[in-house]
Amino acid sequence: MRAKNYFVGAAFALLASGMAHSALAQDIKIGEINSYSLLPAFTEPYRKGWQLAVEEINAAGGINGKKLVVISKDDGGKPADAQTAANELVSSEGVAMLTGTFLSNIGLAVSDFANQKKVFFLAAEPLTDAVTWAKGNKYTFRLRPSNYMQAAMLVEAASKLPAKRWATIAPNYEYGQSAVAVFKKLMSEKRPDIQWVDEQWPPQGKIDAGPVVQAVAQANPEAILNVTFGPDLVKLVREGNTRGLFKGREVVSFLTGEPEYLDPLKEETPEGWIVTGYPWYSIKTPEHDAFLKAYQTKYNDYPRLGSIVGYQTIKAAAAILAKAGSTDTDKMIAAAEGLSMPSPFGEITFRKIDHQSTLGAFVGKTAQKDGKGVMVDFSYKKGSDYLPGDAEVEKLRPKD
Amino acid sequence: MAFYVVQFLTGLASAASLFLVASGLSIIFGVTRIVNFAHGAFYMIGAYIAFTLTERFSGAFGFWGGVLVAALAVALIGVLVEMVLLRRIYHAPELFQLLGTFGLTLMVEDLVVLIWGPDDLVGRRAPGFKGAVDFFGQNIPSYDLFLIALGPVVLGILWLLFQRTRWGVLVRAATQDRDMVAALGVNQKWLFTSVFAVGVFLAALGGALQIPRDAVHHAMDLRIIVEVFVVVVIGGLGSIIGAFVAAVLVSELNAFGILIFPKISIILVFLVMAVVLIVRPWGLFGKPEAPARKTPGLTVNPWRPLTSNERLAALAALVIAATLPLFAGNYALTVGSEIAIFVIFAVSLHFLMSVGGLASFGHAAYFGLGAYGVAFLAKMAGLPMIVCLLLGPLLGCMGAAVFGFFAVQLSGVYFAMLTLAFAQIVWSIAFQWVSVTGGDNGILSIWPEKWAASPSHFYWLALGVAALVTIALRIAVFSPFGYALRATRDSVLRSEAVGINAKRIQWTAFVIAGTTAGIGGALFAYLKGSVFPDNLGISLSVDALVMVLLGGVETVSGGVIGAIVYKALNIWLVSQTDLSKLVLGGFIVLIVVVFPKGIVGMLELLAQRRRKSSPPGSSLLAKPIESTE
Repeated sequence: MRAKNYFVGAAFALLASGMAHSALAQDIKIGEINSYSLLPAFTEPYRKGWQLAVEEINAAGGINGKKLVVISKDDGGKPADAQTAANELVSSEGVAMLTGTFLSNIGLAVSDFANQKKVFFLAAEPLTDAVTWAKGNKYTFRLRPSNYMQAAMLVEAASKLPAKRWATIAPNYEYGQSAVAVFKKLMSEKRPDIQWVDEQWPPQGKIDAGPVVQAVAQANPEAILNVTFGPDLVKLVREGNTRGLFKGREVVSFLTGEPEYLDPLKEETPEGWIVTGYPWYSIKTPEHDAFLKAYQTKYNDYPRLGSIVGYQTIKAAAAILAKAGSTDTDKMIAAAEGLSMPSPFGEITFRKIDHQSTLGAFVGKTAQKDGKGVMVDFSYKKGSDYLPGDAEVEKLRPKD
Repeated sequence: MAFYVVQFLTGLASAASLFLVASGLSIIFGVTRIVNFAHGAFYMIGAYIAFTLTERFSGAFGFWGGVLVAALAVALIGVLVEMVLLRRIYHAPELFQLLGTFGLTLMVEDLVVLIWGPDDLVGRRAPGFKGAVDFFGQNIPSYDLFLIALGPVVLGILWLLFQRTRWGVLVRAATQDRDMVAALGVNQKWLFTSVFAVGVFLAALGGALQIPRDAVHHAMDLRIIVEVFVVVVIGGLGSIIGAFVAAVLVSELNAFGILIFPKISIILVFLVMAVVLIVRPWGLFGKPEAPARKTPGLTVNPWRPLTSNERLAALAALVIAATLPLFAGNYALTVGSEIAIFVIFAVSLHFLMSVGGLASFGHAAYFGLGAYGVAFLAKMAGLPMIVCLLLGPLLGCMGAAVFGFFAVQLSGVYFAMLTLAFAQIVWSIAFQWVSVTGGDNGILSIWPEKWAASPSHFYWLALGVAALVTIALRIAVFSPFGYALRATRDSVLRSEAVGINAKRIQWTAFVIAGTTAGIGGALFAYLKGSVFPDNLGISLSVDALVMVLLGGVETVSGGVIGAIVYKALNIWLVSQTDLSKLVLGGFIVLIVVVFPKGIVGMLELLAQRRRKSSPPGSSLLAKPIESTE
């Protein structure tokens, strides 16, 4: 019986929390979807980030005097469930716009939903170039620098390396495939003398690191491109360190400098990898200081990159709503196109041509400090400097 | 040359890790016949607890002691689970225990995040095994050498345990014929508990030993569970040596396979399993299962068509469901459509499982093929919606015809695992063939045409198809074909003796079930407007299994209720709480304990009891019904 009572209690708690969500009619509601249960390492800081933004916005008087409410849903990492959530938010909760998503396929699924239902969608995290280019549509905007942009930033540094023999290790799914493809293309354009001597495609989340490391070492590359992240990265780095794979080799690595992925490595952190990331501890700009202070005061924890993404997503949504002065979708699109706004990384703009924001990323080198991984010698790369020319973008993106 | 030796040793180290976990699963299955879905969860808890202990107590003693204590602690948890949960459901229909352990797994995934936080945890390296050994210029981690040695040592200990102790003799006897062991007066309860404890101990030890190589995180369980199942099946269920050989085979093929095909890892184990099962239907070292002495459950309460009153009640329920658009909003209608589609999916699997006695672990393949069929027809051929809906499921039908032919040659868990292998092969084709299927980014923009675009119209469409499918399958159950299929389920030998071609009947049933699932998938593509490899994936197959088991395997249409309850609850919980897996898992465990025959099965049992205990007057009324049974 006790177990049953607990269950009844839980059910009531659920009902209560459900009611707490419900908002007043004059509030402005934003629907937010992310893979909370599948990727808590990223989404917990992300949630804290957007909650901070909501608090700041409402403390400053809301959006044109109206209170901002964010209704958040979990997609469990499945595109079909993300669409169910999107539908609930739009049809049942009556949100003004959709935001969020992490995985590329979920970003695309929600983007397609937005296009069909004529709803504004601000994609937060999905990196695939298709969101703004090949499968881009009028209703979808994206905050984070895309795969192409991050590859271009890394290629800038990588092409200066003397290494000629390159190997790649990437998770075997769209993100890994397109990251490698773009990197190879841009790299070979700048350095026609480069040879690609090996490629490894472990399944995402299931790398058998020993044989992979051994296979790459056998090809004897001078430099390695890594696209794995999360637990796969940990296994790869551990095996690589033990087997001496990284000794005397340059490594260029996507996302590795993000605290989500760098911090778990602790004293295993490899030295001197060229990475994209977020060195929150050494960024000294007034915008970032303000964000960092507010975040640490509220949560007594340091921000991850997810915190920035969550924070800026809601800040951007609020800026768009404030400028549009309405929750009408077409007015929001008109307001968002070309809109500039401050961010913890400096001013960003949502481009009219492909709805991509010019938020950039930090590129630097990994190092160890007191048994922890950090990024050093880094600089901020503005997103606007790493996008192809307008003529090329026009070709990539279908006409609305 | 040195490279190949090192690559071989590296493969052996991977094999050792795999073997530890797989041996535990194999022992548990061999004796208790439980498909322990929670084995991965125990592996994960082992890693988490070992992480905490080894961080707290440093030094060699702290590390090795921590690993051992963690495994023992998890074994204790396993004992608790066995005594509190599993003991109650040993007598439930086959595979029902899968449902209970599935519920546990869901709960554990949320619990570890609650307890240990969301970040990936990286533990210490093993004291004494931190570096690498130089082998002709190639480095072998000394920890790998430790694992390579540990594998055979564990195998040896298990062998001694099984061959040289009384307990081992009993375990082997129970693996061969547990009814006989029970008849000889052995206390089965404690035998099962001890076997479960040993199996869980091995899983937790396997998890704890990953600390120096891996990151500890909340998805470790799913990463290992399927692979371990495959290894156990390749080796032959209940065979420890088989598990060892299979682990080595799979790991070595992977280690050398990636040198030639770097993308092979994603599908390799399933390819190996499919080939092995087609050539050797009971795995490498397995023996054919003796014809099971059926528990009388299935024959005591034979099926009957609905009475006219029940038909009216079902019709009334359908009419009420059809009035939903009059008062519900768009969101409720879309959820309603989704539930209706899952009713189709669950009913199709239910047909195969309950009527044919064939439990498919890869039924999502045909659901997904139906969805991809629609996507190809709509996007590439540009055909109108109605044509796509009619022709799309044919892809599911074709898939079922091809794979079903091989699958029905097997039975029991081997059948289930072969269907899983085929489903994973289809999934990986959808995942890898980017130019045609779009890879994991899927195929987008398959929205319904105007006549079906509004949520209410689509709801009526889905509801109508679901009703038609359910009725059609019920008719099939009570047709001569249905009786023949039930005969093959209850006794292959006797059915063949009366001239039924069992394999052909089962194959036909498989194709019917696959095509029906394809119909569900076709509708699903239009409901979501897109198709992804997820639609073919393991988690969807597991969902279908859960729905069927929840409804009740021994019923004619339990799948309908199972699908409605599970899907509605799932959507509602995910929407309302951050701990949806914990609550849903808890709910499933609760149902398993309260309704060991599934929801519908239990209701039928209650109704039957009431009929029997009712006063003579009404029992007269009940007579004609019973006599038609």
